[in-house]
Amino acid sequence: MTWKQVFTSSVGKKLVMGFTGIFLILFLVIHAGLNACIWANDGGKMFNSGAHFMGANVVPRILEIGLFAGLLLHIIQGIMLEVSNRSKRGVAYAKDFGNQGSKWYSRSMGILGILILLFLILHMTDFWFPNRSHQGFLLGEEIDLYAKMKETFATLWVVIVYVLGCLSLGYHLAHGFQSAFKTMGVHNKKYNQLLTSLGYCFSIVITLAFVMMPLSFYLGWLN
Amino acid sequence: MEHYNMNLTVKVWRQKNSKDKGGFVSYPVKDISSEMSFLEMIDVLNEQLIVDGAEPIAFDHDCREGICGQCSLYINGKPHGPWMANTTCQLHMRAFKDGDTIVVEPWRAGAFPVIKDLMVDRSAFDRIIQAGGYISVNTGNAVDGNSLPINKDHADASFAAAMCIGCGACVAACKNSSAMLFLSAKVAHLALLPQGEPERKSRVLNMVAQMDKEGFGACTNTGACEATCPKEISISNIARLNKEYIFSSLTAEK
Repeated sequence: MTWKQVFTSSVGKKLVMGFTGIFLILFLVIHAGLNACIWANDGGKMFNSGAHFMGANVVPRILEIGLFAGLLLHIIQGIMLEVSNRSKRGVAYAKDFGNQGSKWYSRSMGILGILILLFLILHMTDFWFPNRSHQGFLLGEEIDLYAKMKETFATLWVVIVYVLGCLSLGYHLAHGFQSAFKTMGVHNKKYNQLLTSLGYCFSIVITLAFVMMPLSFYLGWLN
Repeated sequence: MEHYNMNLTVKVWRQKNSKDKGGFVSYPVKDISSEMSFLEMIDVLNEQLIVDGAEPIAFDHDCREGICGQCSLYINGKPHGPWMANTTCQLHMRAFKDGDTIVVEPWRAGAFPVIKDLMVDRSAFDRIIQAGGYISVNTGNAVDGNSLPINKDHADASFAAAMCIGCGACVAACKNSSAMLFLSAKVAHLALLPQGEPERKSRVLNMVAQMDKEGFGACTNTGACEATCPKEISISNIARLNKEYIFSSLTAEK
């Protein structure tokens, strides 16, 4: 059994999705945690120093490359799996099996993933790209990201798109979190029940945290 | 439950052979007893078609007592019809009422090509079993059953997995046409028993490779398979299969 055989098998491909998924979940925790500094309500002082730590230090910047690698792997493998899975039924049913035994979002991971990707492109064009290009893509001086957030989230349609993007992420996580552990072989009932509940809690908390950020700016909850 | 007769419209998928495009044809059926099984209703319809000089509907069936896994049929949007934990042959007409239109389709999956009408070729499952779903006992007498101590929980879980009759409803219900519930039942059944131990690693690796070769999709843990399985095979078997696969691929000699 070569590595190639393992990772090109259907189970191996799912393993790639599961491991990169958990990796990206860990990133979300860091991202949400750091961004939550805006609620220190100190005019962005704490938030900007956090952002500075992530942007101007060599170690987080090297880790950032790993993050992109994981993200790309998750996106490319995900799209390939979705296309392949969709091709496996030549003739569609006249009557669909529908929601029996499965949730709509568990069957829509591909579409939700594409929505998140589109949102991600917009999100990175808003913040990551202007900031990194200002830094010369090295360790140069950053822009005032708090001011940038304030400016971006002053427009209603942007706030709406961000909220919808975060909701897509929430539903993607509601299935992805628990599914990743099943793919990694967690079959014990007691762990699965725990992980499923934990997954739902995590999806709700992460979605709320991210949704509250543009809303806080738009609704003027911050100084 | 009170007995009643009903008149129905049965909308059936008709397809001459694997090359034919096929399409739905609606047939009226009269005076169907609520005590009949679904397959008996099709038998009645076929008798009528023969009298009319038309080609009877081809469908798979064998034991008609819910244990052989031959009957299939995707009835009104669910493999094996509306009842839970039930095969088509054990579905009775009391599940329907007078005037109903019943849509009957074959299993739809690239790996299960239609042979004719409602019959599909499920030999892909046979080839998956041939790839490792067995234990090799080459010679000698049968040993005493109690000479091998087996953990009761494992024996129970193995037996629950061995309930799989290989009908293919899981593939038919899965949005990816994945055979993972079937495969995982077969792998879990033997992986949980000491008799399965000698071929434990090669079994899971070879069976997954064969499943991929047959053109089934990948599992996305949606749970549709478990909901439609006539033998209530648990989806936790799929996670167990994943564990077996990871363990076996990491520790295989080659």
